This record gives sequence, structure tokens and C-alpha cells, in this order.
Amino acid sequence: MNPSVDRIRSRFPSAFLRAEVIWGETTVYVKPEAVHDIVRYLHDDESEQYDYLSDVTAVEYRDLELPLQVVWHLRSLPYRRFLRLKGEIQKGEPLRVPSVYSIYAGADWLERECYDMFGIEFVGHPDLRRILMWEQYAEGFPLRKDFPLRGRFSRSEQLRQALAAQPESRYSMTELTVADAFEDLPLDMRQRLAGGEKTGE
Amino acid sequence: MSEKRTVEVSLSTSGLDAEGRPQRTPLIVDEGGRVTTMEAPPLLEPELEGEHMLINLGPQHPATHGVLRLVLELDGETVVRCIPHVGYLHCGFEKIGEYRQYNQIIPWTDREDYLNSPGNNVAFALGAERLFGIEITERCTVLRVIAMELSRIMSHLVWLGTTCIDIGAFTPFLWSFQERERIYTLLEQWTGARLTTSLTRVGGMLADIPDGWMDGLRDFTRTFPKTIAEVDRMVTRNGIWVGRTIGIGALSGAEALNCGLSGPMLRASGVAYDVRRDFPYLDYETYDFEVPVGTTGDVYDRFLVRMEELRQSVRILEQAAARLPDGPVNVDDARVILPPKSKATSEMESMIHHFKQVMEGPRPPIGETYVAVESPKGEKGYYFVSDGTPKPVRWRIRPPSYVNLSAIPRMVEGHLLSDVIAINASIDIVMGEIDR
Repeated sequence: MNPSVDRIRSRFPSAFLRAEVIWGETTVYVKPEAVHDIVRYLHDDESEQYDYLSDVTAVEYRDLELPLQVVWHLRSLPYRRFLRLKGEIQKGEPLRVPSVYSIYAGADWLERECYDMFGIEFVGHPDLRRILMWEQYAEGFPLRKDFPLRGRFSRSEQLRQALAAQPESRYSMTELTVADAFEDLPLDMRQRLAGGEKTGE
Repeated sequence: MSEKRTVEVSLSTSGLDAEGRPQRTPLIVDEGGRVTTMEAPPLLEPELEGEHMLINLGPQHPATHGVLRLVLELDGETVVRCIPHVGYLHCGFEKIGEYRQYNQIIPWTDREDYLNSPGNNVAFALGAERLFGIEITERCTVLRVIAMELSRIMSHLVWLGTTCIDIGAFTPFLWSFQERERIYTLLEQWTGARLTTSLTRVGGMLADIPDGWMDGLRDFTRTFPKTIAEVDRMVTRNGIWVGRTIGIGALSGAEALNCGLSGPMLRASGVAYDVRRDFPYLDYETYDFEVPVGTTGDVYDRFLVRMEELRQSVRILEQAAARLPDGPVNVDDARVILPPKSKATSEMESMIHHFKQVMEGPRPPIGETYVAVESPKGEKGYYFVSDGTPKPVRWRIRPPSYVNLSAIPRMVEGHLLSDVIAINASIDIVMGEIDR
């Protein structure tokens, strides 16, 4: 078992839930709200030095009674260690975990993808938008188990939405903060944006 | 006083006028005797100076290497801000994987990082085998090393050729694609396919190598270093190349590590993290090879690191070819391996076994595993979660070029628009893997 497990247990006794080893890989289950502090410790402490974030993802089981799990894969390159952190979100609770963006800049797109696919809100992420799906995507979160393989909408509805997309709304609101780019837009689009409508990607 | 003349222009204009005569373009000769074909462009309006401009690069632009879209805010020609947009190629591989048996997912792995198909197949099979608890045979291990290194060379050759074209050198593109063609021929002999190889199965390979295949491989490893040397001589000390790449898009080692970069991108910044050496798989610890690192992390260093990786891959291929043992390719494990076709058509038990394997699929135990390999782009990980059914609950691809690309705003901001092309090329992205 990874030697970091005992140190996590002694430092975060209230957040540590359990640890297990499967196929030589150590998994530590922790309370999701404490993940930021634990990862901060794992990243900064001299005897841990988990300096590389491999992956951030989530798992939802087919048995919908089981909690949804958010998974962080961490590596310590100096010590050549690998650790899997898991936070479980029980059914009915809001899908909300702390972001580790302030510790690893590489978490940026990984957390955005996890939000895009599962709808998990990473609190503290500066720019949590959809990334693989487009911004007005209205069918939900594709990797959730209640999402059908072919999508929620019928083919005709999907086609209708694609045809109804505004081709001139190419820029998102963050890009429109460029000075005067707003003034260059067509009049009807300016009116719609002034009315609070979100533009497409 | 100015005199107007009319001449036929055959090269620059293609059109015919309404009567079918070649189009005539008026030439203007001014007092100084200068000839212009068009009205001089109006002077820039003075109030435009100092304002920022928004440029949309892609998604259908040859230099973005796929359907990547970059929205660039420019001050003159300098990039002030870069907003990347991805997802144009998203097809939900991970979702589809939840509806497929393990062996049925292997063709999908061909199509994500499609320049590295054999490498993806091997990585997937390694992950699935750890989930099943299977030890593969010695011959299979060495064959997989050969497949991984061949696909690394293949991917780096595409990177080399397209990057050379982006920066303005055409010849290395032809040389590298010629060599890549030889690898494709080898793969075609082995698997029957060139791009979508589907080389592995859980517990073994699609097939053993055909007779005489190793001679082709030895021929390749003998002659390929000559091509590397030629490209090296042509490019490495080329003034234009050096001028376009040195000091461009540099990231420090600490920053690159924090951004989650991996592969040649990380090693060019001086961090010697190579999954093959640090977290070995397929007995890579028994092979003799170097992990090249750069110092400054600019585009030039990334080029040097990848060139050295080509040479190191040839070394590994030579060692693997020398040690390839005889023996079976597939494990002797009826849980995952199909019975021979001749038995399946003649014996009742084998036929039932074959039928159940194909229709239901092998069942792994309940568990989960994350297996990472060193793909040409960096750390490629497959994360499997199984609930004991023949289809995974979750199949996650950790895409190296997705994470590498996420650092592009840090790299391009402050550089010129033309450097964006060089930096983007140096990341070595494959949109199939980024969007999945």
C-alpha cells in the first residue's frame, strides 16, 4: 500500500474514509469537500511531492443507488508513487466538489470536461464552461447513466436545433470583451445580447 | 499626368469577361513611372491604430492540424490573448465504450489518436488485462514493444513532416512520409490494415507476425537512421528553422509540470518524466535507451527531443528484434481467448465456448485500474471500472494532447501571429484524441 495513505489518515482523520488496493493501485476514499486541502498537502509536503496531476474524472455506476464518484489520479515523480483519490457524492446531494485548479493548472480542461460530461460543479474553477459540447447544448450531461446513447432529443429535434443555430453568433461573451468588437456585430445580435441572451460558441 | 494602358494578364487572373475574351486589367502608371495594377489601398484610418483585433484561426485551417479553433486577440501582430475551442470532432467514445465488450472497444482505440493506432491498441489491452488479471506471454510482450515503438516512429514522422511544412520546409515532409509508408507496409503485412490496425486482443494479439516480417523490420531499422541524419543535416542548423523556433513558446519545467504536460512537451522543458522509465510496463526497464531532455522548453527543444526519440526508438526496436522469443502469442486462458476456428466448427464444447465468448463476452472481476503508457504525445492513460459485467461501467481515456493543448494560451501569448503556427505544430496534437 502506498505510504501516503497513513499520513493522510493521521492528518485528515475526519475526512479520511477508507483505503483499498486493487491490482497494486492504492485508492483513498475521502470526503469530497476536503479534497482541496488533501491535494494541497499532497502537492506541497516534502515527503509526498505529488507534483503531477494525471487525470480528473468521474464514475457513475449502473446501479443508480450507488454514489457518484469523482476520481483524481495523482503522481509523485520524485518518489515514483501513484495515488487515486476518490470523493463520493451520495444520491440526492448537489454535485459539487472543490476545484484543484489553484494547485495544478493542468486541472483546467480536465475539470471542464468532467463538468461538461457529468455536470459536476468544481467550486473555485475560474472558467467552468462546457468544452467538448457547445455552449447551448440543452440535452444534459452525456456520460451520466440516465442519458440515452443516442441523446435525449429525437433526431428531428437535434436537426432542428442545428439548423436554427445562429451562424453569426460565433463569439462567446468572454471573447466579446475585446474593445469594440461588440459594436461590429449585426444590429439584431447586439439587441439579443443586450437582452441577456447567451451567444453560441 | 498619368497614362492608362490595358494589358492582358494571364497568370494572375483566371476569369473571362462576358464576351468570353480574357479579362483585361487596367494598369496605372503614375508620374514617377511606377506601374500598379490596382488602386493603391487607402491609408489606414488613424483611429484604428492601437486597437486590438480579433482573429479567428480555424476550425478549418490546414495549420491547426485538425478542427482546432483558436480565437486570437491581436495588438498589431502580437498575440495578447488566445482562447482555444475544441470539441468539433467529439463523438462520445467513452459513452460508446460503456455499451461494448472489451474486445469490441479495441477498434475505437484505433480512431482516437489515429497516428498511433497500434500504441493505443496495446495500451488498451494492457489495461484490460490488468483488470482481468492476465499475464501475457513473453513473445506477446516483445511484439507489443515492437508495435509501440513502430507507432511512436510513425507518429513522430507525421509530426516532423507537418511541422516542417508549417515552418516553411517542404523536403523533410516528403522524406518522413516515405519512411512512414514503409512502416505502414509492415503493419499492413501484419494486420491487413494500415491506419486502423486493431492489433491486440485481450490476452494476446490479433495475429502472430507473418513469415519474413522480422527481416522487413531489420531492414527498416538499418536504413531509417540514414533518413533521420538527412533531416537532421537539412533542418537542425538551418538558419530559417532556427530563427523560427528558438525562444518561441518556451515553458519552464515547473510550469510545464504544473500544467500537466507530458511526453516530449514536458521533457523539452527539462523534466525527465517518461512513463516507460518511471512506471515501466511491458518490461521496458530491461531495454537500454535514453530519455532525452531539453533545457529551455521552446519549439526548438521540442524538435530536438523528438528527433532523439526517433533514434532511441530504433535502438529499442533493434533490441526487441534481437530478443524476440518463440512460443505462443496468446495466453492459455479460456476466459478471454477464443478456441481455434477449426475446433469451433467441429467440437460441440468449443462451439459453445466460441458462441458464449462472442455473444456475451469475457467477464472481468469487479474492480478498477488506471494504466498509463508513454504514447508519442505523452502519458496516455486508460481507466477502467468494472462491475463484473462484460461491459465496462466506465472507460476513460486520459488524452495527452488534450492536456498539452490546454497550455497553449500560456505559450502563445506575447508571441507573433506567425509563431502561433509554430507553437501549435510543436504541441503535436491529434484532434481525434482531443475530442474523442
